[in-house]
Amino acid sequence: MTNKYSALELAEKIKGGEMSVLDAAEMYVPLAKENKHNAFLAVADISARVEDVQKRIDSGETLSPLAGVPIAVKDNISTVGIETSCSSKMLKGYTPVYNATVIDRLEQAGMIVIGKLNMDEFAMGGSSETGNAGAVKNPWDITRVAGGSSGGSAAAVAGGEIPLALGSDTGGSIRQPCAFCGVTGIKPTYGAVSRYGLIAYASSLDQIGIIGRDIEDCAALFEIISGYDEKDSTSAPFEFTCTNETKTPLKIGIPRNYFETGIDEDVKQSVLAAAREFEAAGAIIEDFTMPLTEYMVPAYYIIACAEASSNLSRYDGLKFGYRCENADSLAEVYRMSRSEGFGLEVKRRIMLGSFVLSSGYYDAYYKKALQTRALIKKAYNTLFKRYDMILSPVAPTAAYKIGENIDEPMKMYMGDIYTVSVNLAGLPAVALPCGFNTEGLPLGFQLIGDSFSENKLINAAMLYQNRGC
Amino acid sequence: MKWEVVMGLEVHAELSTNSKIFCGCSTEFGAEPNRAVCPVCSGMPGTLPKLNRAVVEYAVRLGMALDCEINSCSEFDRKNYFYPDLPKAYQVSQLYAPICRNGYIDIDTKRICIREIHMEEDAGKLIHSATGETKMDFNRCGVPLLEIVTQPDFRTADEVIAYLEKLREILLYLDICDCKMQEGSMRVDVNLSVSHAGAELGTRTEMKNLNSFKAIKRAIEYESARQISVLEKGGFIVQETRRWDDEQGESYGMRSKENAQDYRYFPEPDLPPIVIDDEWLRQVRDSLPELAHQKRERYIRDYGLSEGDAAILTSHSNISQLLEKIVQFSCSPRETANLITGSLMRLMNATNKLPEDLNINAEKVAVLVQKVSNGEINRNVCNDVLEAVFTHDVEPQAYIDEKGLAMVNDENVVVEAVITVLAENASAVSDYSAGKEKAFGFLMGQVMRKLGGTGNPDVVKGVLRSRL
Repeated sequence: MTNKYSALELAEKIKGGEMSVLDAAEMYVPLAKENKHNAFLAVADISARVEDVQKRIDSGETLSPLAGVPIAVKDNISTVGIETSCSSKMLKGYTPVYNATVIDRLEQAGMIVIGKLNMDEFAMGGSSETGNAGAVKNPWDITRVAGGSSGGSAAAVAGGEIPLALGSDTGGSIRQPCAFCGVTGIKPTYGAVSRYGLIAYASSLDQIGIIGRDIEDCAALFEIISGYDEKDSTSAPFEFTCTNETKTPLKIGIPRNYFETGIDEDVKQSVLAAAREFEAAGAIIEDFTMPLTEYMVPAYYIIACAEASSNLSRYDGLKFGYRCENADSLAEVYRMSRSEGFGLEVKRRIMLGSFVLSSGYYDAYYKKALQTRALIKKAYNTLFKRYDMILSPVAPTAAYKIGENIDEPMKMYMGDIYTVSVNLAGLPAVALPCGFNTEGLPLGFQLIGDSFSENKLINAAMLYQNRGC
Repeated sequence: MKWEVVMGLEVHAELSTNSKIFCGCSTEFGAEPNRAVCPVCSGMPGTLPKLNRAVVEYAVRLGMALDCEINSCSEFDRKNYFYPDLPKAYQVSQLYAPICRNGYIDIDTKRICIREIHMEEDAGKLIHSATGETKMDFNRCGVPLLEIVTQPDFRTADEVIAYLEKLREILLYLDICDCKMQEGSMRVDVNLSVSHAGAELGTRTEMKNLNSFKAIKRAIEYESARQISVLEKGGFIVQETRRWDDEQGESYGMRSKENAQDYRYFPEPDLPPIVIDDEWLRQVRDSLPELAHQKRERYIRDYGLSEGDAAILTSHSNISQLLEKIVQFSCSPRETANLITGSLMRLMNATNKLPEDLNINAEKVAVLVQKVSNGEINRNVCNDVLEAVFTHDVEPQAYIDEKGLAMVNDENVVVEAVITVLAENASAVSDYSAGKEKAFGFLMGQVMRKLGGTGNPDVVKGVLRSRL
């Protein structure tokens, strides 16, 4: 598509003076404004910022390997002065007074945030259709969804409208749109990237991550945004530097039962073909049965919705965002503002979450889900004693038609089967494209690693991506 | 059959840390509305809490002082409910794993068991204007609180008050709460039920808005009488929260259990468990100040004070601090104790000054105590000068010089005054001669008056006896 240069190449050209920061921005801002895939929600005024970064580069300041490169971020990441609505009517017109930590880090690195990206409302969904700005279109087939919830991020990168993007992944929201749009992504270990300023969906699962054209770009951006942040008590003392790691032979586990039922044949074949590529490159491939698979989706939805029901309570019509004007009492302000301000999927999850936390049901649902989560973590711990990483599908299908599944929440939820356990266990994963199906739609797979093994995953991703080079 | 009243208390103590529990905002009381707020405590989307370690230390201090088990791995939970003073629509509190459990406070008559102490954040305040508008002030959002929950161990209002006095004394000594009930920095909720002795506990009500010890006592009396009367008429008690109206002298129901909120508590995912290791415990233990009962023992042992005086002097940390500061200026502890428990407390009572507001200059009081001990002024003069120091913060030496209050020890001066007084009061002299000892006191007073109150009482007494 139109991403002529990778982000790192772009930065090289800017550093070498071949291209100015403004030139780079001007390659992308018009595309963002044109917004062919409905990926952008807002385009920022960047003139002062571009000038400042150019000045710093000219004065010889070393900002980062991505200095001067334009980037766009998912609309649930707080940006001073730029509306941050989470694609929700509820937050229409809300402009943060503070920057998310990742935004501060992008700015320190000399990157230019040119806009905000469309998503499922409050990151709840797998198709980027539930937001109030309408569906994101898949650049490979604009009648199809881009995946979600970071669909705007994946579509903008796939469509060449931005070299790199930030997304967030609570149950697969980076990896699945990567697979649907044929781009590369990193879902970091929980705690590797500060969540400060990420508008919470499910706090114990949310993690900011990266979508890019290739793994090298993603790794370079991961160096910038990762690391301990004192403002986020769940962030880890983790310093990431991408280094060459050539452990041989790499031992990769394949969850046999992921390929048995409920997966499209073309997805299955392309993922297994990717596994054979690793084998050809010297890796040891071994299959195993992933335990607890029938409990993953239920446990995920119980925990995520429980936390969401609490996190989204602050949108009550009083302080900011949408308020129903026809309410006659405080209770009505709450009820009507929330009924009108939130979309269907968000309300469905708030109700589900409120239910599983209510007295009399807590033990039967929420507590059970926490116990299941602990078992899933334990199962992964055992697996990582045997394998360096696990190779698995991301989604059971390729991108489906816009509107095709919107009234079938259970079918949509089951589409998360391969991704949610990674969030429940707090693990890192990379998503990589692995070819196309017969309809010409991109397909992808993921590599799942042990906590803070991003470097190992990135090295493996490079091995795969650059095979035959 | 006799009714038995059973009560348990929940006390909220606002901690005197400099900053809030989950952000760096100031906790100062009385700032202009919404000046002490930031994105975190005002609940802006995307913000995250960051625990203030001082709050944990304060909680551990109190836990140690109340002989609690300290939880080495306690956790925060979210308590979810909608109200305009709660910007996140949940309060971060501790339900499943509070920081302290199973302590006690001994009052004179019995032991009151502490079920738990937990940490939580305060909510904001609503300001209702005369025009019917309600405005939100988030300054108090995120001010740290400790909630101290007892077992249902109280049977009388006096026990409740005795417990609260002890608890307040401890909070003040630990210097973790200023305990100003009027400003809401110490808030007491009373859970009360009545039943026949030995029978199962009755349905309880919870009373709020109790702004003074006096109000608590009245509210308990009112609520016990109300419940007994309902039950004796064959009615039943509704489990509810009741608000005490101190002006009307009655309480009324705020919300009953049928309308009670389901708080949907669950573990706060934004805060990891609070791990307290032995080293941290040791540091807090080492930093614990001497508590009131330890002080009382020391005053009796080292200062030679009576039990009664020691109790009065340790009733408030400001009082004991004053005593100890004065004693540091090498004043006699007993002379100092007499002055504080006598004259100073009389002055405080007369001017309605509370111990927490006492700010008299200890060095100036020390000068007075020394002058009495050295015979430079007599006790009456001392009281007068103390009052001047108390009300106007005068310099004692300058005041004594200016008013000519130094003690008259010169026998010649006293003799002169005695002669004049005897001449002027012939009838009193003859009364004395007739054996009326009372007349001696009268004549003493007259001589002292002649001397402007500055006479050395021993000298005056001696001269008067010899001249009569």
